[in-house]
Amino acid sequence: MDFYLTALLQGLCFSAIALGIYISMKIFNIPDITTDGSYTLGGVVTAVLLTNHQPTYVILPAVILAGAAAGALTGIIHTKLKINALLAGILVMTALYSVNLTILGRSNLPLINLPSLFTIVSVVSDLNQNTFWILAIFVIVITFLIGHLLKTDFGIAMRATGNSESMIRSLGVNTDRMKITGLALANALTALSGYLVAQFQGFADISMGIGIVIVGLGSVIIAETLINWFKLTSVWLSLVLVLAGAVIFQLVLAFTLSVGVDPKLLKIVTAGFVLVIVSLPRLSLLRSS
Amino acid sequence: MITITDVHKTFNKGKANQVNAVNGITLEIKDGEFLVIVGSNGSGKTTLLNLIAGSVSPDNGTISIDGNDVTNMPDYKRSRWIARVFQNPLSGTAPDLSILDNFRLASIRTKRKGLSVGVNDAFKKQVQEKVAGLGMGLQDKIDQPMGTLSGGQRQALTLLMSVMDSCKVLLLDEPTAALDPRSADVVMRTADTLIREFNLTAVFITHNLKDAFNYGTRIIQMGEGLIINDLSGTDKASLKQNDLFDWFA
Repeated sequence: MDFYLTALLQGLCFSAIALGIYISMKIFNIPDITTDGSYTLGGVVTAVLLTNHQPTYVILPAVILAGAAAGALTGIIHTKLKINALLAGILVMTALYSVNLTILGRSNLPLINLPSLFTIVSVVSDLNQNTFWILAIFVIVITFLIGHLLKTDFGIAMRATGNSESMIRSLGVNTDRMKITGLALANALTALSGYLVAQFQGFADISMGIGIVIVGLGSVIIAETLINWFKLTSVWLSLVLVLAGAVIFQLVLAFTLSVGVDPKLLKIVTAGFVLVIVSLPRLSLLRSS
Repeated sequence: MITITDVHKTFNKGKANQVNAVNGITLEIKDGEFLVIVGSNGSGKTTLLNLIAGSVSPDNGTISIDGNDVTNMPDYKRSRWIARVFQNPLSGTAPDLSILDNFRLASIRTKRKGLSVGVNDAFKKQVQEKVAGLGMGLQDKIDQPMGTLSGGQRQALTLLMSVMDSCKVLLLDEPTAALDPRSADVVMRTADTLIREFNLTAVFITHNLKDAFNYGTRIIQMGEGLIINDLSGTDKASLKQNDLFDWFA
């Protein structure tokens, strides 16, 4: 049972990344893979500030700003230099590896015996349960903020930017600036996942972000499948399903490990799992047509 | 209202596929004028419209709107004066957003898109009343995604959206080209009504010579990036439909 609780907690940690990918991929329709770099960036900034005994109210804004800067850079390269979004993301992600290594100073930084977000506040005595409640509150607050943002005039303009660019330009929106803002927001969220995971697992590692984009993508695709299934249009429900997607994704991976699959094969199982979810709706469509 | 002075636009300059889309056009469109532009494919009509809208910037020459030099102003800033209806019904609306959200954006075309929630019950009611005026029965569907509507319905709504915020110039680029004859008729009537009601300056591109004959206070024909015919006022009124066909003979 503990095994699945850990998976649930991990899923909650990754829900920020899932929301980030949801914003870049579904709202802005931009395939952004700065993720691998900005996630690690969030982790290393957290680790270095924690070891320098900085308080949470310094670390949290620093992580958000660092992630936002990485995303904005991808956005600027994509919109101002007219570079393909995928390539822009790869460029920033690659450059971030050196940035992250410089910030961290070495390839791995343990955070043992340092106060973390999960130990400074004590809701219940059991450590795992305490972590759960803190993560739950954290995720609810983020989801509420994003959900509210998407309902505002600015948020509607954001959603229209990825949906009909010609329309929103003729309605007076600078789409370049909007995309830069959107990618900054998406990567700030991604960095928040790095912030949570570094404290949850108790260390930051230079390679913690390798292939992490698939976690976000997988979660969003699970959510999308459910959204199409139930023909949902509500922004709030979509966001909740994205969160559910992040948790389901981790639970499936935990299940895979618990039935005795070699951990070496975990990434191939992950890739295969995402492939199955992506192709399922198409396969069932083929049969019915 | 709109003054275009010696404007040139060439695409792919110096390459084998060079196109001289607009070859030095000077045109004064007066306040409240409903200008119809006809011309064969490749005559530069759409480029001229895009130059006015700002989605294309001229190689040389100047453009001014309402006394302001807008030659180097990007399209999203010119939206202060201009509303557009595109040839493709998909371009003028956001398909995944609800009708209501589309209208919300249109209602703040000239304003800042800020961090407050603007879609409330009062706004919803206002949109419902406006949409009901179209007589398409869409007032009960305003929470539906725009993409669930037909092309004709979307074009009609795009027109309605253009007058949700203060608007001086309405650009119509073959708004009925993708529609069946009945929807096309509804859209053109709606456009004509709105242009009169709000005293808009309108520029309307069409290949439909019947529409060109029926609507507008002035008509120009373009060819090879130049204006080759220009009739307004009583000359436009006394124009026969057959004369128009002769222009293309």
